[in-house]
Amino acid sequence: MRFKDVFSIIGPSMIGPSSSHTAGAVRIGRAARQTLGEAPLEAEIVLYGSFADTYRGHGTDLALVAGLLDYPTDDERLPDAFAHAAQAGMRVELRAARTPEIHPNTAAIRLRGEKGRVFVKGRSIGGGSIEMVAVDRFDVKFTASYPTLLVFHADREGTIAELSGTLKRARVNIGHMQLDRESRNGAALTVIECDQAVPERELKRIGRLAGVARVRMIDLTAKEGIS
Amino acid sequence: MRFSSLSQLKRLCEEEGSSMSDVMIADQAAETGQSEEKVFRQMADYYRIMREAVGKGLMEGRKSRSGLTGGDARRVKLHADGGEPSLGADAASAMAYALAVSEVNASMGRIVATPTAGSCGIIPGVFVSSQERFGWEDDVLVRGLFAAGAIGYVIANNSFVSGAEGGCQAEVGSAIGMAAGALVEMRGGTPEQAVHAVGLALKNSLGLICDPVAGLVEIPCIVRNGFGAVTALAAADMALAGVASAIPSDEVIEVMLEVGAAMPAEHRETAKGGLARTPTGRRIMKELYGEEGQA
Repeated sequence: MRFKDVFSIIGPSMIGPSSSHTAGAVRIGRAARQTLGEAPLEAEIVLYGSFADTYRGHGTDLALVAGLLDYPTDDERLPDAFAHAAQAGMRVELRAARTPEIHPNTAAIRLRGEKGRVFVKGRSIGGGSIEMVAVDRFDVKFTASYPTLLVFHADREGTIAELSGTLKRARVNIGHMQLDRESRNGAALTVIECDQAVPERELKRIGRLAGVARVRMIDLTAKEGIS
Repeated sequence: MRFSSLSQLKRLCEEEGSSMSDVMIADQAAETGQSEEKVFRQMADYYRIMREAVGKGLMEGRKSRSGLTGGDARRVKLHADGGEPSLGADAASAMAYALAVSEVNASMGRIVATPTAGSCGIIPGVFVSSQERFGWEDDVLVRGLFAAGAIGYVIANNSFVSGAEGGCQAEVGSAIGMAAGALVEMRGGTPEQAVHAVGLALKNSLGLICDPVAGLVEIPCIVRNGFGAVTALAAADMALAGVASAIPSDEVIEVMLEVGAAMPAEHRETAKGGLARTPTGRRIMKELYGEEGQA
């Protein structure tokens, strides 16, 4: 079943005009910000395909920036997102890509915050649903429909077992899980879609596991303010 | 969910002596592990947003972000209230309300995608006007949204609900079917009648292409929402009168899939065919984007 529940049919509540070009774009921006884990100071956005061709009329640019501000899809500040970003000290650069992409509605976002940097790529696949397909140099595939845990860690034995053990103790059920690594014994990223949000304390516990570099929680179901 | 077709949904209702909305509320709670009360509250929030959008669209009559559209909802409402609308005042109001929500959408206001933003006017148009007319409590309408959602869930999983995949029949068409079936339930019709309303409505929009001028959710999307609300009222009336869809509704949904899959890419939201490629459509695109590029 492509559509799993009644609120994927009635909903989301959103600022118009387009579920794919506006609401989906907000969610991609928000997933990017939560992957960075702090308020971005600089954002470099590249738009592909139909995003690049029609972003002005659909407010896709405003929507992405609203997402970077961690606004939900129905936040009425969306049309003024650029002004709010400037007030928040966020510098935004946006351009259309010169090269094609597989999916017509794709955005690539490079962010810099006070503490770190991140690169993500996301696609808006219709009805406000998204698919994140890249985080830094890792291939990923998650929809951000569930609370999603990103664990950046070293590729070594036992990390996954410790990770899942911690989630088990926190009574968090894993719905889907994937792992990509740069090389054997190199850097790795594990993406875990959970049925429940992972409590702050458990996130810290995971962050202290041997070989874990950083942990990020992406939760687009929360109203705002997660970072 | 315990159903994946309309006939299964109808059978569940008949076996349990429940309505489509009862089934949808129970299944949604089971699927998400949330209480029925919590699920109901979220839908009640959505209904409140829909009604606000109707009010906002009628009051402000604001222009869309592109400047191409706006103000038609007010025009139609004035005509409905003061003139002698050929449709009758109630259907004309439903049409005005649907236009209002679609105009709010085009002007970057807040709406609920039902099932998409492009078709967000039809269900509020039918629901809010019916609430005024029949004096229903909010709960009736919130339950109606679950019935509409159950119908949409079946359509979305057996066919499609996005213009990019299946043309306008998948967006506006689906919304009409959802509104029609839900209205039958709210007016006391049987699940069987509600399912017939869906089939009757969907048959009327089979083949409708998605050809938005400049790729924007405005021309012809907004007026199609207005027409859609009226069609939903008509389909509900036919079903309540006892008209059956000779081709079972599940089979009509399959036809929608067949027709949408056969639609050329030009007619699936690419703005490369249909109204978007008329001389005027091309001129508008050129004025907006400075070139006659792709939308």
